[in-house]
Amino acid sequence: MKIKVYVKLKETVLDPQGEAILQSAKRNGYDFIDSVRVGKIFELEVSKTENLNEKIDEISKKMLANPIIEEYSIEVGE
Amino acid sequence: MKAGVVVFPGSNCDHDCYHVLKHVLEVDTVFLWHKERDLKGVDFIVLPGGFSYGDYLRCGAIASHSEIIDSVVEFAEKGGLVLGICNGFQVLTETRLLPGALLRNRDLKFICKNVNLVVSNVNTPFTRFYTPGEIIKIPIAHMDGNYFIDEKGLNELIENEQVVFRYCSETGETFDDANPNGSVDNIAGIVNKKGNVLGMMPHPERCAEEILGNMDGFHIFNSVKKYLKGGI
Repeated sequence: MKIKVYVKLKETVLDPQGEAILQSAKRNGYDFIDSVRVGKIFELEVSKTENLNEKIDEISKKMLANPIIEEYSIEVGE
Repeated sequence: MKAGVVVFPGSNCDHDCYHVLKHVLEVDTVFLWHKERDLKGVDFIVLPGGFSYGDYLRCGAIASHSEIIDSVVEFAEKGGLVLGICNGFQVLTETRLLPGALLRNRDLKFICKNVNLVVSNVNTPFTRFYTPGEIIKIPIAHMDGNYFIDEKGLNELIENEQVVFRYCSETGETFDDANPNGSVDNIAGIVNKKGNVLGMMPHPERCAEEILGNMDGFHIFNSVKKYLKGGI
């Protein structure tokens, strides 16, 4: 089974990388873009286990994301 | 006194710290490999600078889940003295021994230069040899030193006098021009509430020997030495 964990900086945390991309995009004529936030995706291939959802939530909180600066969301595939 | 310098794959300031402790301060010093749990009876632990695990995931994140860290956390919770420098500071925030987090530098560049710091807390085991408000010069060398903490956290830090070093101008002003990386409130180094864990982005081990022309960092290690000997 595939699981995707999306991690990005919280809205309250400045994302200078997103800001740099936004400025470059605007200079290149993509002036309709108002904001860019950069994040990362973790693709996990998992085997059957008990309490899968809780375990994925736990590892997201403890390792994949740092909740002080980042937020995450989990997408469970087939 | 016995000191331990933790070594992760990718640590690159471990030998500098070892050298300062062992040869400049003449303290019994050992390396502690990240896969070990045994702290070898040390009473002072240094988490050195470098790029543990290639800075994968987030700086210090993978190191913060290594075997030795369980022992370091236990040691710190019992009041043991821990100093995290640069990547070591990042590891300390990832383990939550210190609050906040270190983000990519505001200008997205690696910065390697001497910076001025103002010492705002001399009542820690690490800073007894500075005077309040003293301005010192210590080099930084990092990509991710932009200290972040939310407003509530910052107020707590200030209230508990946990801010130890702030980036400043040559004359000690902590305005934005003197802030190399965008850190909240110009913060360069903090201690935990109990004051036994210090994390700092600047590298005191790079200015702790007369031959290097700058001894400003020496006083941190010497303060720890004297503190553990009960001298101060």
